[in-house]
Parts: sequence; C-alpha cells; structure tokens
Amino acid sequence: MSAWHNIKTIMKRELGGYFTSPIAYVFLIIFLLLTGFFTFTIGNFFERGEASLVSFFTWHPWLYLFLVPAVGMRLWSEERRLGTMELLLTMPVTPWQAIIGKFLASWLFLALALALTFPVWITVNWLGAPDNGIILSGYVGSLLLAGSYLAISSMTSAMTRNQVISFILSVVICLFLILAGYTPVTDLLIKFAKPVVVDIVASFSVMTHFEGFQRGVMDLRDFAFFASVIGFALFTTSVIIRSQRAG
Amino acid sequence: MIKVENLCKNFGAKIAVNDVSFNVEKGEVLGFLGPNGSGKSTTMRIIMGYYPPTSGRVSVGGFDVSDHPIEAKRLVGYLPESAPGYADMTVHGFLSFAAELRGLNGAGKKAAIERVVEMCFLQNVVHQTIDTLSKGYKHRTCLAQSLIHDPQVLIMDEPTDGLDPNQKHEVRNLIRRMAPEKAIIFSTHILEEVEEACTRVIIIDRGRMVASGTPAELKARSPSGKLDEVFRAITLPDTVKAA
Repeated sequence: MSAWHNIKTIMKRELGGYFTSPIAYVFLIIFLLLTGFFTFTIGNFFERGEASLVSFFTWHPWLYLFLVPAVGMRLWSEERRLGTMELLLTMPVTPWQAIIGKFLASWLFLALALALTFPVWITVNWLGAPDNGIILSGYVGSLLLAGSYLAISSMTSAMTRNQVISFILSVVICLFLILAGYTPVTDLLIKFAKPVVVDIVASFSVMTHFEGFQRGVMDLRDFAFFASVIGFALFTTSVIIRSQRAG
Repeated sequence: MIKVENLCKNFGAKIAVNDVSFNVEKGEVLGFLGPNGSGKSTTMRIIMGYYPPTSGRVSVGGFDVSDHPIEAKRLVGYLPESAPGYADMTVHGFLSFAAELRGLNGAGKKAAIERVVEMCFLQNVVHQTIDTLSKGYKHRTCLAQSLIHDPQVLIMDEPTDGLDPNQKHEVRNLIRRMAPEKAIIFSTHILEEVEEACTRVIIIDRGRMVASGTPAELKARSPSGKLDEVFRAITLPDTVKAA
C-alpha cells in the first residue's frame, strides 16, 4: 500500500474516466483539427519554405489556453458535485496522492493528444531535413506548457463545484501568463515602465520560457519556471482542498 | 475501537458539534439519532478524518485520527450520507477501484468484490454504470464499497435512506449479522431501526448529546414505552424554543 500504488490507482481511474465518456474523443479530434488548421493554414507551413515546426509550436500557448482548462476543469469540481470527494479523501490515501494522481492522469492524456500530432513531424521530415533536436525540444516545452496550464486548472477546479466557473477562471489566469510576455504587450509596457520592470513582468510569462524550447534551447531556468508553476498551483490546490474541510 | 472525547466543531460562528464523547467497542452497534442538522453527519465526518475537529480527540483502533489518519482510515469502512459514486464507472469498476485503494489485488480483490456483490445483492447490475442505477442500487453499491475490505469498524450515514421496505429490512439484517465482529455506528431518522439493530443509542440535538443508553433504557423514560415519544420529548421543546 505504498504511495505510488495509491497514485497509480487514482490515475488509472481518472484516465479511464476520460475514455468512458465522449470527452476524450471529442477533445482529441478538436485538438488535432485545430493544430492542423493553425499549422498549415494560418501558420503558412508550406509558404515558409523551411523545414521546421515553428508554425506548429508557435500556436500552442493560444491553443492550450482553451483546450487545457477544458480537460482540467472537471478534475475536482466533478468530485465535489458528485460527492465522491468525501469518499476519495476518507479512503486510506493522502490528499497529495489524490492531487498528484489526478494531475498525472490528465497530463498523460494531454501527452497522448500531443503524441498524436506525429503526422506533422512525419510531414516535415518527408519534405525536408529539419533539425529533429529542435523539434524534440519543442515537444518537451509544449508538454511542460500544457502541464502548467493543467496545474492551474486543477487549482481553479478545486475552488468550485461549477465547471464553467472553473474553466473561465483558469482561462483568465493562463491568459495573464501569456500576455505578461506577449510581444505586443511588452512593446506597450516599455513606453510606461523601465526595461527592468518589463523584464520582471515578462519573466512570469509562459511565452518567455516557451520561446527557448521552440528554438531548441533547453535551459534549466525554463524547466525550473514550469516546474515552479506546476508545483505552486498543485500546492495551492492542496491548500484549497484542506481549507474547504476545515470550516 | 472508536473513542470520541469532548469533540467540538465550529463552522465559523456556527457550532455544529458541541462536546460529544462516546466509545464504541467491537460487538456494539451504536445508533445515532437526531433531527436534521443536529450534527450527526458532521460527527461522522470528523471520525473519518474528513473534517478536522475544532477541539477534542478521536481515535480509531488506537490510532488518533488527526495524527495517524491513514492507519485509522484503513480500519474503517464508510458510507457517506448521499452514497456517492463515480457516475461513469460500472459497479464492478467502482468496487475494483475501492478494493485497490484498500490494498487488495489479484485473487484477493476478485474474492472481495464477489463477496460484497453478493452481500449487497448487486448481481444484476455489476456491469451497469452507476449513473444508470436506481437510488436503491446506487446506495447499495456505495454500501458494498464500504464493506470491501471487511473492516473492523463501520460508519454508515443513513444506510437505509432511499431504500424500499424490503431493502431496508435486508440492510438491517446485514448490520445485525455483522455486529458481533465489528464496531458499528449508523445514523438514522427511523426509530424502529434503532430498536431493531442497535445495542446502544445516542440522541444528538443541535450539536449536543442529549441522551444515551440502550434502546430499552430510553424507552423506559416514557410512560407509554415508545421510543418516538422519548425522541420528541427530548428534542422537540428545544426546536420549539429555537423557533
């Protein structure tokens, strides 16, 4: 009855929950359609005349903005709505095991969605000779980005039994994490604030830290950023869950 | 097995449980009686470690619920008030999930599921998803979950709520059959149930223990010897005063 056994059991149930309902299939189809549309049509994949997946990865922060909270919004609100949270937390498991098990399940699901974009990778290798190291780095960054949004969704999901509220809250928070480092916004900020301040604001943004991965630079600081966002959001999830019971 | 000492719980300014103490040993069935909102469910949730107490101590099988929650929870089976279940899971999947969290695997898990399916009469719905079940079946599925690890302690919040008379009868029989081997607490509004299944009764009103004893002792308090009159005599004047 180790911790890992409990995490795995909770993870398996959660992941099963995606596939026994239509959520998984609807999500996967929409995700793949949208990535294809943005990469090839909006991103001008063919007109670029270069063998890279820049036009693929560059849309991920925006695409995930709506799709990841849609996956994460049910994590805890559903448990509260059904009353199963009481059941789960009176089992011999710690709240942390439940939080991590649920988070890993949905992250694994997003990893699956991301893995299913492999035809894009095949296409670009078919047409030219891209640097597959850069592509791998892009995938790693994209997965970390998805994990960060997901941890935030887990947090907002713990706040309410209403999935719509949970969805909107996490979209807003994730949008802030994008905009703080989005070039049009930083260009605007620089007119009012000192460059140092703009840099500090931008350092909170996922854009700043995702950028390196897209260029094939896997910087430890960027890993640390995404790990801290995930760690912080999951920690907040645990605080919210505890405080709800404390009365 | 269950030891509750001077338990208090406040939600903000509202006092939900006020200085409740009792013990339940193996072989005892404790009936928890009280009007709606009197603190029965809150007390049970504290025993389960779901709510931390504001003050007082609870221990199960010698393990303090606040200090050793996992060890304490392992000994207990719990049926929450609304008998919740994961809507999209089948009965079998749900019981299998509960069994795995209780540390059962392989042949042990299979045997445990078969045992509780039979005990709770779930044979006909094993492969149905929980959201397609009638209230009675849903309730019994959650009851089955609480029995999956054959716990030494059983805590049931209104185990017969929403069941038809036959099912109520079966659940009461089940409680009586298990009684010699376990320490059991259950809450109910139904007074006959207490007479039929309990060895001891506690009446709670607005968070306070207002009476405690065997069903026979409580009945003796009323000239007519009826438990519902005793219940009314104890809890009604307060309710009227409050209103």
